[in-house]
Amino acid sequence: MAEITLIEGLRQGMDEELERDERVFIVGEDVGQRGGVFRATEGLYEKYGEDRIIDSPLAEDSIVGIGIGTALYGMRPICEIQFADFIYPAFNQIVSEAARMCYRSAGEWTVPMVIRVPYGGGIGGGLYHSQSVEAFFAHVPGLKVVVPSTPYDAKGLIKSSVRDPGPVIFLEPKRGYRLIRGEVPEDEEVLVPIGPARISRTGTDLSVFAYGMMHHYCLEAAERVAQEGINAEVIDLRTLKPVDRQTILASVAKTGRALIVHEDNLTGGYGAEIAAILAEEAFGDLDAPVRRLAGPDVPAMPYSHPFESWFMPDADRIAKAILELAAF
Amino acid sequence: MSTEVIMPRLGESLVEGTVTKWLRHPDDHIEEFEPLVEINTDKVDTEVPSPATGTVLKLYVAEGETVRAGTLLAVIGEPGEEVPDAPPADREEGATQVAPPKTADQGTPKAGRDGLGFISPVVSRIAAEHNVDLSQVSGTGSGGRITKKDVLAYIEGGRSAAPWEEPGSGELFRPTEEFFGDKPGTVPEPTGLADTVLPLDAVRTQIAEHMVRSRRTSAHVTTLMEADLGRVLAHRKEHKQSFAREGANLTLTAYFVAAAVEALKEVPIVNSSWSEAGIVLHKAANVGVAVSLGEAGLIVPVVKNAEQLSLQAIAKAINDLAERARSHKLVPDEVQGGTFTITNHGVTGSLLATPIIHQPQCAILGIGALQKRAVVIEGLSPSGEPEDSLAIRPMVYLTLTFDHRIIDGGIGDHFLGIVVQRLQSWA
Amino acid sequence: MEAQEDLQLNLNEESLLEMYGLIVLSRRLDERTWVLHRQGKIAFHISGIGHEAAQVGAAMALRRGQDWVVPYYRDLAMMLALGLTPKEFMLGVMGKKGEPSSGARQMPSHWSIRRMNVVSHSSPVATQTPHASGIGLAIKMRGDDAIVLTSIGEGATSQGAWYEAVNWAAIHKLPVVFMVENNLYAISVRQDRQMAVEHVADKAAGLGLPGVTVDGLDALAVHRAISEAAARARAGDGPTLVEAMVQRMTPHSSDDDDRSYRPRAELEALKAQDPVRLQRDKLMDMGLLSEQAETEVQERAAAQVEEAIKFAASAPYPEVSEASYPVYAGDRADG
Repeated sequence: MAEITLIEGLRQGMDEELERDERVFIVGEDVGQRGGVFRATEGLYEKYGEDRIIDSPLAEDSIVGIGIGTALYGMRPICEIQFADFIYPAFNQIVSEAARMCYRSAGEWTVPMVIRVPYGGGIGGGLYHSQSVEAFFAHVPGLKVVVPSTPYDAKGLIKSSVRDPGPVIFLEPKRGYRLIRGEVPEDEEVLVPIGPARISRTGTDLSVFAYGMMHHYCLEAAERVAQEGINAEVIDLRTLKPVDRQTILASVAKTGRALIVHEDNLTGGYGAEIAAILAEEAFGDLDAPVRRLAGPDVPAMPYSHPFESWFMPDADRIAKAILELAAF
Repeated sequence: MSTEVIMPRLGESLVEGTVTKWLRHPDDHIEEFEPLVEINTDKVDTEVPSPATGTVLKLYVAEGETVRAGTLLAVIGEPGEEVPDAPPADREEGATQVAPPKTADQGTPKAGRDGLGFISPVVSRIAAEHNVDLSQVSGTGSGGRITKKDVLAYIEGGRSAAPWEEPGSGELFRPTEEFFGDKPGTVPEPTGLADTVLPLDAVRTQIAEHMVRSRRTSAHVTTLMEADLGRVLAHRKEHKQSFAREGANLTLTAYFVAAAVEALKEVPIVNSSWSEAGIVLHKAANVGVAVSLGEAGLIVPVVKNAEQLSLQAIAKAINDLAERARSHKLVPDEVQGGTFTITNHGVTGSLLATPIIHQPQCAILGIGALQKRAVVIEGLSPSGEPEDSLAIRPMVYLTLTFDHRIIDGGIGDHFLGIVVQRLQSWA
Repeated sequence: MEAQEDLQLNLNEESLLEMYGLIVLSRRLDERTWVLHRQGKIAFHISGIGHEAAQVGAAMALRRGQDWVVPYYRDLAMMLALGLTPKEFMLGVMGKKGEPSSGARQMPSHWSIRRMNVVSHSSPVATQTPHASGIGLAIKMRGDDAIVLTSIGEGATSQGAWYEAVNWAAIHKLPVVFMVENNLYAISVRQDRQMAVEHVADKAAGLGLPGVTVDGLDALAVHRAISEAAARARAGDGPTLVEAMVQRMTPHSSDDDDRSYRPRAELEALKAQDPVRLQRDKLMDMGLLSEQAETEVQERAAAQVEEAIKFAASAPYPEVSEASYPVYAGDRADG
């Protein structure tokens, strides 16, 4: 098995799907000759040509809107939004069109498409290259929202997303593109189903729910607190919509305590949904208040390095939150 | 102007008491300081004197009912005075002492209804499902809150203890929740027509709980030696009169206490208790002396700082404690704080017993019945040759039951050997 | 002269009469729907009165069932021309079970007819235009013999999405015909507050595609313009912007009252230019329509409308359980 980066897992997954199904194509800003500003589509233009690796005009609404049109016709577009921060012009097409198409046509029309969205901070990106946008989309029925945190899941989930019959918002923790390495088998097909969460570290004292880059920080924090006798269970949610209630509830039934970590703003963030699920369905299992550790409620991540560190939850802060919750 | 009578707080660790008998009833006249009610707390029965002279207007707590310290028990006043029908809600004194301390942390547990601190949903659910009395569970959470782990450990502890016990060790050693699982007032069905059920009173319940907990807690090991009390008896005969003049009834128990204290001084590890943090060595030798109350059970008043007391002072202390124990006049602190215990089970004819350690102490000394026995005396002939002889001696079996977690067999034997040696060489 | 050319452009006498019949049917259905609304029998109607000739002319220029159509909410006549039945329309108006566009989920006149490659659209304007370009892109990628017609009002061409979509089609020479039904009003806002150019077609120049303006009251003129644009698209020469000048003879919708912004005299003047009468006169001039035939056309339309209303009125409402699906492809009521 080869150890590869998260972005390489992603690239391999797209390559395999382009190879497998000629209806699959990629569209986005700079995805062609440049191979994407993060190089996620590197080499694909050379391999599949400009008809299938399409450089779009600088207009996000049309990237998604054009994608929807091709999907209605039967294609399998992979639309890349260069940064999550730039997705808002396409919000109308994603939320009003892609998400609602199946329902509003009583199932006659479906939109099989993937919208790839590099998200998150920690790269010196300031207000408009650091945002987390999952809460907006996880709110919308008709969308699926996926966040891989490992090379294996990046590959397996992008392939499953391409094959999904509906629109999938595929959020990529861009800080981890090259930071996160992991083994991915070369001689077998890697497919990770949309939906199930993954228990990445079993524990008994409390459950920590996270996704993307935060999942890695949570694992790091869990190892630190283990030295203090706290055995934390860490769960990589992987799919935010539809969320894996069963795994969440089973974990909290075991531990009685839950911490949710995300770098998106606290208020109305995705953690609120997990907290609400636990409040409604696991009240009798709770031994402590559900806690959220999230980015502060400022408009976005500021640029300067100390500002960025202030904004992003890290292993230190997560470990502290775990210890506080464990001590309750 | 009426005066309220409340359930007193009879010791630092006591939070409740049981009304065992009302000595006055509504419309009875009572003088200030006259006994009004008998109450029972953890191992202590006592009378509560009236706080005022007047007429008993109303009693709020029935006999047999257990209420928290601070609860209104009765009102004394002028005949015809208005009194409330029901006691006002929660007027417990010192509630903040049992509630978990408040900290600045967000989400600090709030004081719960029952002084147990915040009870989380899952703890509440588990307690209900397993019929756990949460007041029996010690909390390790924030501010002493009972956590899910605590209640699970409590349940699990009871379950896992049973297989550890010696096989066939009897009904006494059933898991705790089987003893206390039934809600107060519920009585198991008699198993046959001729069977009757004796309701568990507070003393019986407390003894049972303590005994089971001790067997579950300590690694009990018993070592046996015998002692020739000839010299002790001679000493006693010689000094009984003079001691009596000083107001001390010189009992054999006083000698055992004195001998044990000597041994505790030489082997201080026995004067200890187990804790998760480590073995706590006690400076003071507070020796508990078990006193039978007949059918009313057993009580263990404590001779405090016995290492500083003469034989005479020990004798006096024992006399005083025993006397007040039998007349229910002990105050709770007099039965607490022991670091070592002596049980003189021989008074009821027992030659040999393996008593249960009084938690959280390390050991308990058991004294069998004094018995004249033929013993072989190893000696020398007038010519200096070894020559054994047979003699009739006042003998007693001594057992030391100790917690093998704290000390090993050799130390136990060493300790008990000192006791024997001290008794046999009394002068 | 033009009529002769039209006849050559796949239109024979029969199809000209069919075209007229559809225009009349659409008008009768539309008018009757207003009445239903004013009677309090339905919740909403958005009208295409004054647009019928342009819509039918455009639809008849397509290879129906092979080409793709991405319409907007005023396209009742176009839908009838593509195969929507009056009964289906009335089911939608009344929100009845089995309504084919959305299963009674969307408001009336939010079209979708899968069998005719008519794609579902929403209410926020110009959201459908990128879909049309996307379908055009897919057709081109697949090398299929089909084109896309998408329609829109002139007000919606102010949307960024519209520019972005037309831009795409122009860049990649996609087989798309962008038809603008310009009735001069976006609810209450006149065209001169909507754009600085005289014609929407003028916008094409800035995007790099041909733009033409035609008389939308003349079905044959629209038919000719769309046919030419379709031919360009089919030939791989790229998209065309076709602006059909129509007139809105009613308020924007049943919820609108145009008296506050539209002079009555202006509306009165429109009646002289009613596209239904213009088509009738033209066909009579061409000798293709007799008085008797005209009566038959009118009576047939009226009968179809009454039959549709009766049918829809007696049709059941959907089960409430149907409202919970399909959120995701493949969803069914049972899970």
